[in-house]
Amino acid sequence: MKMAAKLIAALLVIQTGIVSAGAIDNSKSTVTATFKQLGVPVDAKFKTFSGQIDFDPANPATGKAQLTLTTASFDLGDPEYNKEVQKKEWLNSTQFPQATFVSSSIKSAGGDKLQVQGKLTLKGKTLDVNVPVTFKQDGKVQTFEGTLPIKRLYFNIGEGDWKDTDTLADEVIIKFKAVTSN
Amino acid sequence: MTTVRYTGTAIALHWLMALLIIATFFLGLTMVDMPGITPTKLKYFNWHKWMGVTVLALAAIRLLWRLMHTAPSLPAAMPKLQKYAAEITHYLLYALIFVVPLSGYFYSLAAGFKVVYLGVLPLPVLIDPNPALKPILKNVHYLLSMTMAALVCVHALAAFKHHLFDRDDILKRMLPWRG
Repeated sequence: MKMAAKLIAALLVIQTGIVSAGAIDNSKSTVTATFKQLGVPVDAKFKTFSGQIDFDPANPATGKAQLTLTTASFDLGDPEYNKEVQKKEWLNSTQFPQATFVSSSIKSAGGDKLQVQGKLTLKGKTLDVNVPVTFKQDGKVQTFEGTLPIKRLYFNIGEGDWKDTDTLADEVIIKFKAVTSN
Repeated sequence: MTTVRYTGTAIALHWLMALLIIATFFLGLTMVDMPGITPTKLKYFNWHKWMGVTVLALAAIRLLWRLMHTAPSLPAAMPKLQKYAAEITHYLLYALIFVVPLSGYFYSLAAGFKVVYLGVLPLPVLIDPNPALKPILKNVHYLLSMTMAALVCVHALAAFKHHLFDRDDILKRMLPWRG
C-alpha cells in the first residue's frame, strides 16, 4: 500500500511537472459557438483546443493570452452536420485547420472584469476584437470567462446559398471558459 | 331525413386540421428525402415543426370542444361492429393528433434543436439533447405518423362508403356546406 501511495505521489509530481504554468486545462475549459437558424439557437462546441494564459492579477498589463482551436473538432452533436461544417463553404478545415486568438493588451476594467484586446483569426481572416472577460482566482487556479459576438459573414463562414441571413443569422456568439493553473 | 350536423366550430376544426395534417405529413416525407444540408431543407424542417405545433394546439382546442359538446349519434341502422370500429378509429385519431406532434417535438429536442414557433416564440425545452434517445424518438415519430396516415385513409374511405353506398348522412354532417 505504501509503495502504491508513493507511486501515485511520484506520478502526480510528474503530471504537475508536465502541465506548464498558464496552460489552458482542456478538461475544465470550454469554447462554444451559438448560432441561430430560423430563430432557433443551436449550441456547438470546439472539442479540441489549446492555449496559454500568463496573467498576474497584480499587474494585468503584463498579461498575455493565446488560444488555438482545431476547426475540425467543431461539434454540433450530429455526425452529418459535423461533416458539413468542415466543408469549404463553412470552416474549410482542410485549408484552415486552426482558428486562433492572440491578445495584444489586457487591462483591468474594475472589480473582477478585464478588457482583453487581440486578434481573432478564423478561416484566413483576421479581426481586431475587444473582449470583456470575467476573471476569478481560486488558489493557483485562474478562470477566465467571456462572450464574444462575431459576424460569420465577415469570416466567409457559410458561403453561397448560406449567405442568406434569414435562414442562418449573421451573428454567432462565441462563449469561452478558460481554466489555467499557475 | 333531417341531418343533425356537427357544430360550425367542430366542422371548421376538422377540416383545418385535415388540411394541415396532410400538408405536414407530405412536407415531412419531402424534407427527409432531400440530400445534404441546404437552406431550403432547414426551412422545411422548421416549417414542419411549426405546422406540427399548430396541429397540437388545434388538437387541444378540439378535444376541449368535443368534451363540452355531444357529437351527432351514428345512424341507428348501422351494425354494432361498424359502430365500434368507427368509435375506435375516432379515439385513435384523437390520440394521434396529440402524440404524433409530441413525438416529433421531443425528437427535435433530443436532437439538440429547440423549437422556436414561427421563428419568434421559443417553446419549452423539456428535455436536454440526448443522443441515445434521438434514434428511438425518430422511429417512434415515423411509425406513429405512418399509423396516422393509414388510419386517416381508413377514416376517409369509411366516410365515402357511407356516403356512396349506405347513402346516409355521416359525411354530410361534417361537410362545410349543407349538402
